[in-house]
Amino acid sequence: MNLFEFKMPEHFIIWNDPLIKGAWVSIILATLGIVFVLTYFKKWKWLWDEWLTTVDHKKIGIMYIIASLLMLFRGGADALLMRTQLAFPDMKFLNAQHYNEIFTTHGTLMILFMAMPFIIGMMNIAIPLQLGTRDVAFPYLNAMSFWLFFFGAMLFNISFVIGGSPDAGWTSYTPLAGSEYDPGPGQNYYLLALQIAGIGTLMTGVNFLVTIVKMRAPGMTLMRMPMFAWSTLITSVIIIFAFPVLTVALALMTFDRLFGTHFFTISGDGSPMMWANLFWVWGHPEVYIVILPAFGIFSEIISTFARKRLFGYNAMVYSMVAISALSFIVWLHHFFTMGNTPAINSFFSVSTMAIAIPTGVKLFNWLFTLYKGRIELKAPMLWAMGFIPTFLIGGVTGVMLALAPADYQYHNSYFLVSHFHYVLIGGTVFGMLAGMYYWWPKMFGHMLDERMGKWAFWLFTIGFNVCFFPQYPLGLMGMTRRMYTYPEGLGWDGLNLLSTIGAFMMGVGFLIIAYSIYWSARYGERDTTGDPWNGRTLEWATTSPAPVYNFAHIPKVEGQDAFWLMKQKRKKGKKEKTPELKRIHMPKDSGRPFVFSFFWFVAGFGFVFEWHLIGFAGLLGVLACMLLRSFEYDDHYYIEVDEIKRTEAAAGRL
Amino acid sequence: MVTLGKRLRRWLAFAGLTALLVMTGCSREQIPVLNPQGPVAQKQYDLIMWSIALMTIVIVAVFALFTYVLIKYRAKPENEGYNPPDQHGSRLLETIWTLIPVIIVIALAIPTVKVTYDLEKPPSQHKEPVTIKVTSANWKWIFRYPEEGISTVNYVNIPADVPVKFELDAVGPMNSFWVPELGGQEYTMPDMEMAMWLEADKPGTYTGRSASYSGEHFTHMTFNVNAQSEKDYEKWVNKVKKTAPKQSEAEFRKLLEPGRVPEMTFSSYPKNADEIEVEKNREDGLDRYENRQGGHHEHQEHTGHMNHEGHQSH
Repeated sequence: MNLFEFKMPEHFIIWNDPLIKGAWVSIILATLGIVFVLTYFKKWKWLWDEWLTTVDHKKIGIMYIIASLLMLFRGGADALLMRTQLAFPDMKFLNAQHYNEIFTTHGTLMILFMAMPFIIGMMNIAIPLQLGTRDVAFPYLNAMSFWLFFFGAMLFNISFVIGGSPDAGWTSYTPLAGSEYDPGPGQNYYLLALQIAGIGTLMTGVNFLVTIVKMRAPGMTLMRMPMFAWSTLITSVIIIFAFPVLTVALALMTFDRLFGTHFFTISGDGSPMMWANLFWVWGHPEVYIVILPAFGIFSEIISTFARKRLFGYNAMVYSMVAISALSFIVWLHHFFTMGNTPAINSFFSVSTMAIAIPTGVKLFNWLFTLYKGRIELKAPMLWAMGFIPTFLIGGVTGVMLALAPADYQYHNSYFLVSHFHYVLIGGTVFGMLAGMYYWWPKMFGHMLDERMGKWAFWLFTIGFNVCFFPQYPLGLMGMTRRMYTYPEGLGWDGLNLLSTIGAFMMGVGFLIIAYSIYWSARYGERDTTGDPWNGRTLEWATTSPAPVYNFAHIPKVEGQDAFWLMKQKRKKGKKEKTPELKRIHMPKDSGRPFVFSFFWFVAGFGFVFEWHLIGFAGLLGVLACMLLRSFEYDDHYYIEVDEIKRTEAAAGRL
Repeated sequence: MVTLGKRLRRWLAFAGLTALLVMTGCSREQIPVLNPQGPVAQKQYDLIMWSIALMTIVIVAVFALFTYVLIKYRAKPENEGYNPPDQHGSRLLETIWTLIPVIIVIALAIPTVKVTYDLEKPPSQHKEPVTIKVTSANWKWIFRYPEEGISTVNYVNIPADVPVKFELDAVGPMNSFWVPELGGQEYTMPDMEMAMWLEADKPGTYTGRSASYSGEHFTHMTFNVNAQSEKDYEKWVNKVKKTAPKQSEAEFRKLLEPGRVPEMTFSSYPKNADEIEVEKNREDGLDRYENRQGGHHEHQEHTGHMNHEGHQSH
């Protein structure tokens, strides 16, 4: 390893494809546009003070959600490129290499830079409010989590214009992803970007675990928590156990590629198989990390819009605990076909099928929450109702995949592709969109337009089924995932075309959502009550959007659905005594999480190209930031009673 | 009892299959997974159909309940003042819908475990099995017939109605060996030989492909499996031995380099083919190490393969 070596890769600036040239032009134009707008409207200081340095969980949540919508756009554009290439047999739209890069970035982006931040964004928006507290346990750490994710995502996203995208699949199995067969910088981008973002996620897990365990409002016992808080608690525990495995696996492969170690190479007696194991020991719990919070959101929404308390609360909690435990003993079902002994395959088959039991319990409890309710199909509820049949189809095909001998026929085919899109889109994406529509008024003080919401839902949901249902039979017809083209005469043509049409319908649905965000900000119905849905949990007890300190008085909790109980009491005419206002202790904003994460970005970029001097310089910057932080004492302030009074009066609450 | 269960399964499977064919508008021949042509694929097919049948019951039940609840309890002007009851849950109901999935899982688990063990054994006991070695190398399939001493590339001939033991391994990235009409797949992995049984009921040509992504030309890693009657198979072997060229060690080594090749036939293969494969695999990750040691660049020529069409000429 030579510290002062700066070898240029063969292609540093990627400029060999009309699509990428287009991307360059749009990147440059968008950057210039943003710089111009910020400068012209003198918004630089506003950007820095209000957003880049904020430690407020609500603003961090908003930034997470904006980022994940942008990533959904890019990942979706990737998907449409792939579907265009597969629309007809022998298409010449993308070549093999380009297609390989696109499915790699599509998978990685959608899981790690779309689903994860979307979920963490929802947690940030809702959890402290639902718990009746002022912020998360470690607001500064929370900002670090966000910026690590952000710069990790940026590092991953520049790969396709600078140095080249990774192309070994989002699973990046060795030896294919090793330096022998994938020498370029692309795979380094994958390793380092995921590493940086992954550290941020791990911090989030710790943060929310502590927040939920330690910071609930008085009276809120664990078994009185909203179901979304429960799902977040369990998810945090899974994150804390699963993400270190990813961190280690990525580090080992980085060492293999950068420093010539032999963890996953055959030379030097490494084991390529070990990567598959480590990847899925993280990867399978990861699936539940992205689905459990969606379950939590659906529980909230179904109960709210059926106007009924959640049916079988305890069973809902226990089944999530069971799922989280099982999630750690099923990873091998991702490679039943790698020649394990029948005993091992049998064990993992049965453990995988067993997940259907707690999941089934949850499904029936949702159905019985609806039963005898008064169901209002507002936009958030529409997504929740779309989820039930969609996820059921994904779930039963998951059970079919769990049968090891049957899996020998489904593995890596479009049957599998369809299955995981049914659970990840039908579960996670539907859940996050439902949550977005649900909490939007809490974030911004206005509703997302209902009519556009309905259009978007129907287009997206019908498009989704048109896109992915045909992929089940395609898999049985022998079409494997990651094929960039197929010949005529196999009977695949019609179904593939249908699938592509569905994908574009989903694209239109997404555009309607994007437009409705813009439209609703300008003309949407304002929420002046703080409780637009007749909600049941504490986030609806404060104003929309919530003040920086969330609650002027910390609420007292007397049961499940705390805010519902308060409203019932008020209806009965009981007066609550308002205690005297006291000054509120708050964390100070800080620019350091941004700078700290930027140094990670510099380090990552340096190591991607094996410019070790830059890499280590970046790490030095990281260390310096940590050092400075540990000598920081002036990190909090008080909001005085006068100011609270003014804020509350402005919101009409005094 | 056994026959009743079997009959029930067959009937459910038939109903499920018909529904599937109607939905996709395809003939059965175009859906190889549902068109088993050998005992291995047949076992997997039966299991698949059994699971489809059970899962269809689940889907129908839940969809019916869901539709009923959604229509009956939807907010309408007529039920404006209706206040939903405050239900906590129901121990009885919740126990029922815990037990039902438990029963379904057991009904799936038993045949699953049984078939998982069955597939380790030769599919039919009445005949002496044939062994064929399969090596995937970027981006081709190399078949060696140790009993006959011959070798083919990108196609394989097997005797019909005889169990065939495929011994799988890879040079370079993993691939997955999949001939859906004859049975499910298994990975080919470098430095880790694994075996899989397949058998064709009758003569015919079945398409196989790689099911695991292995780099640029992975899509084109298809091959034909030609099942021939035992007599024809013997004839073919003899013809190959007489007419096909011998395979030199240099030629074999060249085959292991990345690139695409057409179907090929050889009357021999190098005796040390296995050792060459091991040696080749041992190079994985070595060039980097050597580069750092003192700048050996002998493997440089094939690190550039990602950027151009790596066709090999033979």
